[in-house]
Amino acid sequence: MIELIKDIESRFNTSDYIQKLKHLAFITVEKKQAISLVTYLRDYHKYSSLTLLTAVDWIEEGKFQLTYLINNPQNFTEIGVRVMIDRENATMESSHHLWENMATYQRELREMFGIDFPGSPRIEENFILEGWDNIPPYRRDFDTKEYTENTYFPRPGRESNDPATYMKSKMYPND
Amino acid sequence: MEKNNIHKFEELDVDKFLAPENEKRSVLAPDGSIVEIDPLKDYFCQDRPEELKPRSGPVEKFLNWARAESLWVLGFGTGCGSIEIPPLVTPRFDMYRYGVQMRPTPRQSNVFIISGYLSVKTLKRAIRSYEQMPSPKYIIALGSCTINGGMYWDSYNTINRLDHYIPVDVYIAGCMPRPEALLAGFAKLKELIKAGKAENANEYARNFDWYKANQKKIIKDWNMPDFNW
Amino acid sequence: MDYSITKFLWTLLGLFIVTNWGMLMSSTMRRINARVSGRIGIPWYQPWIDLVKLYSLRTQLTHGTMFYIGPVFRLMGGVGMFLFIPMVYGNPIWSNYSFSGDLVLILYFQFFGMLGMALGASEGGQPYSAIGISRGLSQFTTIEVPMTLAVISLAIQYQTLSISEIVAAQQGGITTWTMWTNPFATVAAMLSLLGAFGHSPFNLVKAPNEIPIGPPTEYHGTFLGVLRTNGAILHVAEAALFMNLFFGGAGSWFELIIKTFLIYFWSVFVGTVFPRFRIEQSVRWFLKVPTIIGIIAIILFL
Repeated sequence: MIELIKDIESRFNTSDYIQKLKHLAFITVEKKQAISLVTYLRDYHKYSSLTLLTAVDWIEEGKFQLTYLINNPQNFTEIGVRVMIDRENATMESSHHLWENMATYQRELREMFGIDFPGSPRIEENFILEGWDNIPPYRRDFDTKEYTENTYFPRPGRESNDPATYMKSKMYPND
Repeated sequence: MEKNNIHKFEELDVDKFLAPENEKRSVLAPDGSIVEIDPLKDYFCQDRPEELKPRSGPVEKFLNWARAESLWVLGFGTGCGSIEIPPLVTPRFDMYRYGVQMRPTPRQSNVFIISGYLSVKTLKRAIRSYEQMPSPKYIIALGSCTINGGMYWDSYNTINRLDHYIPVDVYIAGCMPRPEALLAGFAKLKELIKAGKAENANEYARNFDWYKANQKKIIKDWNMPDFNW
Repeated sequence: MDYSITKFLWTLLGLFIVTNWGMLMSSTMRRINARVSGRIGIPWYQPWIDLVKLYSLRTQLTHGTMFYIGPVFRLMGGVGMFLFIPMVYGNPIWSNYSFSGDLVLILYFQFFGMLGMALGASEGGQPYSAIGISRGLSQFTTIEVPMTLAVISLAIQYQTLSISEIVAAQQGGITTWTMWTNPFATVAAMLSLLGAFGHSPFNLVKAPNEIPIGPPTEYHGTFLGVLRTNGAILHVAEAALFMNLFFGGAGSWFELIIKTFLIYFWSVFVGTVFPRFRIEQSVRWFLKVPTIIGIIAIILFL
């Protein structure tokens, strides 16, 4: 895998290379080159299968991190291509032309995170939430608990404890 | 609520969710006149449900006995609990000997098992199915998710208390209850029906406005008639 | 009392017996099926409870006139078949309204219910009903082919189209039954019977887990009750027809019950063993072996 990474680094503007496991590595690439890197891996290095496309909300840095996890069925290795995009007006190039199921992942991300992929097929349609009118629920500034308490009808009487303090009071009551 | 960085979520209009064949339109009739069609009003009955009084005395008792001994269950699994229903037709549990049978369409079934958590999207379908079932109809709520939300109590997309949206006859607690518990639930339901206490279809008709308000509070894209006959 | 009125009352009593026997037979067969798969199965009285429940539902809704008429047509198919089949041979009371050309009329009544059902179910507007109807009609058309060939073979053999006369010709011991005198026609008809009863290999049209229950998707309450009543009558009438044509008729109600049970059991036996056919498989199956056997049966008697 080292040769592959060297090859990538010589061609693309990448950073933060992490080898998580023997067959799993992550590499961060700048936004402009992301789709070309994924295409390059697919066409020249036989990473022909898309495992998933997902997003992480780094709210403190004002960024979304997209991960294209792609798989090489020949030597069973996986590469995660990470892209950091701005949280404000989050938009990413669509890559539905590479894999057919990419369009579904992009629909999901648009609904759950509000990341737009212009040109992706059926991107405007509802995916799971029908008629959602709040901020997208997977964004970290969306307060799930508050929303639930206001929207649904919580049954009174539910108690919950902070596990750390509760265990401490049970095991070391004298401290 | 910050909304300015979200694309096009603001322009929410109920008509946006209408299927194209359900939109209002005008059609040219063969005789040259123009006919206005509003499919939601023309193709569906918009009437409210009515309370249907039980018959009196021993007749109703006999009919209730028949209803209790012939429970037809709608084959609609709403959550993870639906995996507990198929074992009921296997030799080990065999619900047929108690007169419980599975039916594939809501028109022919009396019992609706809400099996586990109910997301808002599924709730919409569950309401449609429930309203299409013919009148003495019963609901069995399976699992703690239907009672207080269970382990999904703070999820943004699953309801907490089922009885605020459709009336429930029997709750079966557990996460998940075993098929034996379901059989016990059927036995309890039979008791209730034979005692004439399972009149929740009438309850639904009586408190129709309250149920509809609760339902419409969370189902934002209400693109169906108020009552699905 | 006038003879025509007493005859009518006796026929009504016969219809009552046949309906109850049909329901008991269907619950027995479901119990046998359950035992085969290791279950206990429904109680023997379950069909009657289901019927009471169906007739006592509080909401019924209609989709139009044909929606009402569909089940009535279907019931007419069953009752019509019953009316023109002599139930007990040699007894003027139980020979119902059979006449010299009744065999043709009965072939027509077999199809009649299906057509009525097609009209009614399409009015329901449910797309699954339409799919079920088209499957049911195409399958039933192919079922009719070997059945009709067998009947033509019988007509040539006995030179008559009257069921009573065919039964009369078979009297005189087991060896005179059509089963032995015309085995090819019997085999062709018994194979087509599998489809007519609609048990397992050919139950694609009405199996509860096919999309989703075929023609009666939209039917409920009283409508479904009428359909179920008809199912009970139709099964006994169909079995009685085969008993008359191929197995020497019945000398008494007891003999009728034994023989119809065994004929019905033949279809259940096959159904327990074989899984369900898809529509194109069942259509092709009926047009191959049973049709060829039926043609052979005709050629032998030409």
